[in-house]
Amino acid sequence: MELNFKIEGGNFSGAGSASSEVKKTLKQLGVDASQIKRIVIALYEAEINVVAHAYRGQIGVKISADKIFARIEDEGPGIADISKAMQEGYSTASSKVREMGFGAGMGLPNIKSNVDEFDIQSVVDKGTVLEMTFYLA
Amino acid sequence: MKISDIKELVEGKVANNGVCSENINEIKHAFASDLMSDVLRLRCENTLLVTGLCNVQTIRTVEMAEIKLIILARGKKVDANMLELAEENDICIIETDFSVYKVCGLLYQNGISPVY
Repeated sequence: MELNFKIEGGNFSGAGSASSEVKKTLKQLGVDASQIKRIVIALYEAEINVVAHAYRGQIGVKISADKIFARIEDEGPGIADISKAMQEGYSTASSKVREMGFGAGMGLPNIKSNVDEFDIQSVVDKGTVLEMTFYLA
Repeated sequence: MKISDIKELVEGKVANNGVCSENINEIKHAFASDLMSDVLRLRCENTLLVTGLCNVQTIRTVEMAEIKLIILARGKKVDANMLELAEENDICIIETDFSVYKVCGLLYQNGISPVY
């Protein structure tokens, strides 16, 4: 099964609706609750990142019996220094993002701690691609 | 601790009675934060969130973190969008004029333990 969502940069009121849909689908499919939690937390942080930093983006989620694969691709400023962005506490978020309860430099570290495989590629002034794999076994 | 007892303790008002009166598990732990990424790091069941952050992302965050009760402190009031999202996801909200510190103190005194 494959799910696809478009994400609008700056739309904080809608942020999280894609992750919420994925959560509902995984629940309907009978995926274990602890697995669902780590998948949707990583996905939600990634979705917030797109809303917070990019102009627009898309999320694709492939669900199979043994694993979930998610690809989050955005058009935006990109990440100049990925190793810095992976450090807890490092953030380039705006005050608007902080008002929403995010932007403390915990997003990417939170994502990494919930996934089994993780890859991030970014080009400055172009965008970022994040791929995450979760094994269900 | 039951939701009705928590409401009394913080002299709060339930924002969505329908959800709150239904079967929400007994609360054993509490976590207080205005930073939602810290809430998303919790690994704990039967936990409530005490926060002064009052927007749609507060609700989205507890939805993802599987938290079923929010205490909105410092006199913050939910809006219609938050209420709609909370009802869709069976999340109970209690509003109180007390500060986060006071709410936490009362909960601690009454046997609600910290997450860590």
